[in-house]
Amino acid sequence: MGAVSGPAGGGMNGTRDRARTLLGPLLAENPITLHVLGLCSALAVTKTLLAALVMSAAVTAVLILSGGAVSAIRHQVPRSIRLIVQITIIASLVIVVDLVLQAYAWELSKQLSVFVGLIITNCIVFSRAESFAINHGVVRSMLDGAGNGLGYGIVLGLVGAVREVLGSGTLLGATVLATASGGGWYVPMTLMLLPPSAFFLIALVIWGLRTMRREQIEAREFTAPGPENGR
Amino acid sequence: MSVEVFLRAALADNLALSFFLGMCMFLASSRRMETALGMGAAVLLVMSVSVPLNQILYARLLRPGAWEWAGLDADLSFLKLITFIAIIAALVQILEMAIERYLPVLRGGLGIYLPMVTVNCAILGAGLFMVERDMTFGDSVAYGAGSGVGWAAAIIVLAGIRDRLRYSDAPEGLRGTGLAFVAVGWMSLGFLAFAAMGG
Repeated sequence: MGAVSGPAGGGMNGTRDRARTLLGPLLAENPITLHVLGLCSALAVTKTLLAALVMSAAVTAVLILSGGAVSAIRHQVPRSIRLIVQITIIASLVIVVDLVLQAYAWELSKQLSVFVGLIITNCIVFSRAESFAINHGVVRSMLDGAGNGLGYGIVLGLVGAVREVLGSGTLLGATVLATASGGGWYVPMTLMLLPPSAFFLIALVIWGLRTMRREQIEAREFTAPGPENGR
Repeated sequence: MSVEVFLRAALADNLALSFFLGMCMFLASSRRMETALGMGAAVLLVMSVSVPLNQILYARLLRPGAWEWAGLDADLSFLKLITFIAIIAALVQILEMAIERYLPVLRGGLGIYLPMVTVNCAILGAGLFMVERDMTFGDSVAYGAGSGVGWAAAIIVLAGIRDRLRYSDAPEGLRGTGLAFVAVGWMSLGFLAFAAMGG
């Protein structure tokens, strides 16, 4: 899976390099649109902007802490058991995040239901631990975690905002478009409340990003056949 | 009763298309029909075994009040995440070894997909939904099998669609991943009809 990361190796710890570790995943190497990772939660919790933001915050926290932890013990852990160790670290962090959410945001935690627990199997967390934290220093791994968490948050926030505004006419609970049922003029798009809309929105985000960054366009797998081998 | 749970899990509450679980793998392994078949079978196998297994563990050990018979007032349910993932990882290892020992024919087709199933959100998600919906053992057997069948069916259908999409003349930016998202969106809309039928 996605092994794209800043150049590894010694002597590359300059400020610019750190900045790139942090900022790279925001747009250029966005975990969702380029590597197609971490979708499980990205789609299901974006019905409202608030849920999307809380989910991103939870994922970012887990990413930063797991990056730091995996990186800190990377010289002590034998390669053969590293996956188990990583899963245990991530699972413990997710339990903490889950309990914090239940303690301070009970309503929201109910709304996110199983998706907080599913951060454990969120491929972003796992792939960053496996492809970055395992061979970089603690600080850089935490920066990488923060960058990927924010990149994830940008896409989630965008999709969440569009779905909430078009689907229920509100943003973070405040009315933006007065809905017809409430005496206004806007007839909400019910499609936006349904899960499939997230797919279409993410497809649009990917399309937009790849039009800006043409190097991400996928190669054609098939070239038009001549008349003799046409289908 | 169990038939209803099975059908509901396979169609109306399809884990891939209604809850988007296992999406990373769903999109990554649906590029080719062979990988989709292998992955679908691996998920079906692990899901049908792991959900009932986790149900037993949860009901006997972790559930609030599970230790009443010993006079202990303990609520270990917060341990469910780490327990379930450990069970799934161990189960996958055991299945892998069993297949290697007794059904070497399957190793090439199924074996290489099994390890990846550990981090498939659908497997863990099914376990968590089982807890959230408070299922009995019988229900959890039907739910695990139904979810597995539903997930496998969805990925096989998507692989078929993507096989065709390869020949389409899509806008450059949408090619590949983008189009797959759109296709899954339409499939998901289609599956909403099952939810309407189920009531």
